[in-house]
Amino acid sequence: MIEVEVKNINKHFGNFKASDNVSFAIERGKLIGLLGPSGSGKTTILRMIAGLETPDSGEIFIGGRKVNDLPPGERGIGFLFQSYALFKHMTVFDNIAFGLTVQKKSDSEIKSRVEELAELIGLKDFTSRYPLQLSGGQRQRVAFARALAPNPELLLLDEPFAAIDAKVRQELRGWLKQTIHKLGITAIFVTHDQDEAVEVADEIIITNRGRVEQSGAPIEIYQSPKTPFVAKFIGESVQVPDYTIFKGFDEYEPREGILRPEFLEIGATIDEMPQPMPVTTERGIVRGTYFRGSVIQVDVEIKGQLLKGFRGLEQVPLHEGDEAFVFIHKIYGFDGDKTQVIENAAKRKESVFI
Amino acid sequence: MRESIWLKRTLIFLAASFLFVMLIMPLILVAKEALSKGVDFYFAALTDEFALKALWLTIEATILAVALNTIFGLASAWLLTKFDFCGKTFLGSLIDLPFAISPVVAGLFFIMLFGRMSPLYPLLQEYNLAIVFAVPGIILATVFVTFPFITRELVPVMESQGRSEEEAAATMGANGWTIFRRVTLPNIKWALGYGIVLCSARALGEFGAVSVVSGHIRGKTNTLPLHIEILYNEYNFTAAFAVASVLVLLAIIILILRNLIENAGKASLQVSNLKAGVAND
Repeated sequence: MIEVEVKNINKHFGNFKASDNVSFAIERGKLIGLLGPSGSGKTTILRMIAGLETPDSGEIFIGGRKVNDLPPGERGIGFLFQSYALFKHMTVFDNIAFGLTVQKKSDSEIKSRVEELAELIGLKDFTSRYPLQLSGGQRQRVAFARALAPNPELLLLDEPFAAIDAKVRQELRGWLKQTIHKLGITAIFVTHDQDEAVEVADEIIITNRGRVEQSGAPIEIYQSPKTPFVAKFIGESVQVPDYTIFKGFDEYEPREGILRPEFLEIGATIDEMPQPMPVTTERGIVRGTYFRGSVIQVDVEIKGQLLKGFRGLEQVPLHEGDEAFVFIHKIYGFDGDKTQVIENAAKRKESVFI
Repeated sequence: MRESIWLKRTLIFLAASFLFVMLIMPLILVAKEALSKGVDFYFAALTDEFALKALWLTIEATILAVALNTIFGLASAWLLTKFDFCGKTFLGSLIDLPFAISPVVAGLFFIMLFGRMSPLYPLLQEYNLAIVFAVPGIILATVFVTFPFITRELVPVMESQGRSEEEAAATMGANGWTIFRRVTLPNIKWALGYGIVLCSARALGEFGAVSVVSGHIRGKTNTLPLHIEILYNEYNFTAAFAVASVLVLLAIIILILRNLIENAGKASLQVSNLKAGVAND
């Protein structure tokens, strides 16, 4: 069942094209991440769905109803602002109750609903406080409860974790994902942080320059990026002007490619390599090592090209200037505006033998 | 080091004596001159029929001008900060026009618009409406001169607050009036109070524009500043100063109000900062 459908949306701000023929559909109950670099038009899409911006052309449906001409308050949505936009002069209780008082609900109804939501966000004892008396994470949860109070069918969240410090953000991500799924509500959140999108979203829609580049499950996007932009944007990517210089890829036309650190196997000795054969293994010089917490990032120069890879903490440490052996599992090759996954020839042959 | 101490003292002395000569002395002189013929004369000058009428007209014009400009100021600041539209910058500059134009020119402008030379004049005659050389003209002139005060106080505050609180209220189904009353107004109340005080001060003292449109009809179209001028021109200095002391008194009351509002605004900010500090600990 489709909850939200956006059809051929266009939107200009002066000469800037914020949305260029954007179309997508979202299933009911899904948590969707709208991911893209800043200026890619993701927030504009969210605001148009909410009715805070008007598209130049195109149609928006929520729950099967065309909402283009409906004001934000009649679209059945809840909106979470990046800066929370809590009412500073109202207590937590009054903030959460706002949407209900607008609907002229009875006092007892309002009270029970606010208490229920305060319980849900774990701030039951804070309802008489003012927003400025709360921490960032608490404010975020109050904003969440306030948006949920009038029972929207669709929740829209604009960069919900941007203003919160790293540790709280981690907790809040998990909490939000759980809570949204528990409530069974459909939600779209905007983010520029791919880790966030991958971790929280059921499905990701990637935007770039006002267009939708690709949409799908995080793992699908991760493993088979359809366009060069997605390949570059997702994961930690190193772009190479011509990947056919590497062993195992030399049979192709000279082409641009993208390598992710996880595509590289870096060994201190040839015996460490998964396929210890000189024909498929490159030799390079270590140009730098960086401790990254759970892994060590190793920058290796091969044939004048600096590549990035990871090594485990338990493996023999490599140092700057050391010789290293590198096996490249696969590369994303560009073909016009399409991306192609190219496996190392050694692996393809192996699979033929089996 | 010695030099710098002397420099500091000289500068402080200069600043203090400048303040004394320019601000304190005139106040003392007004009081001294007003009371120079005794307390009885002072009160006689104040309770003079024409003085009372002038005071009443000044207060009437001030209240009406402040009321109209409060409505206008709120509406224009709301328009300028919460919406994007073509010609917004132009409208912003247009609102500042009364600051740039000499009040006398503004007065002449009203004479041209509503006086005998105006194409509107026959129409006004038909409905028996007297604007120029009558009370409506004085109110119009006062409104014009004090036009930008409230807008200019509100715009920066409303701009810094952004639109997201209003947008949040809109997504929850609140209509324009509810949003204004429950979200915008509580956020701007101190700035609004400050603007109203400034606007009142300017309206009370307005001379130039009012002088042109009033026609100086004693007991009818004379405001307090005009009454003072007439008394002064009649060499009735003591009475002029006595009436002037009323304006001075009103000015002092307004200054006190201004400070109260400013402090209350700051205090509410500090309290919220304090609360925020507690929350962060």
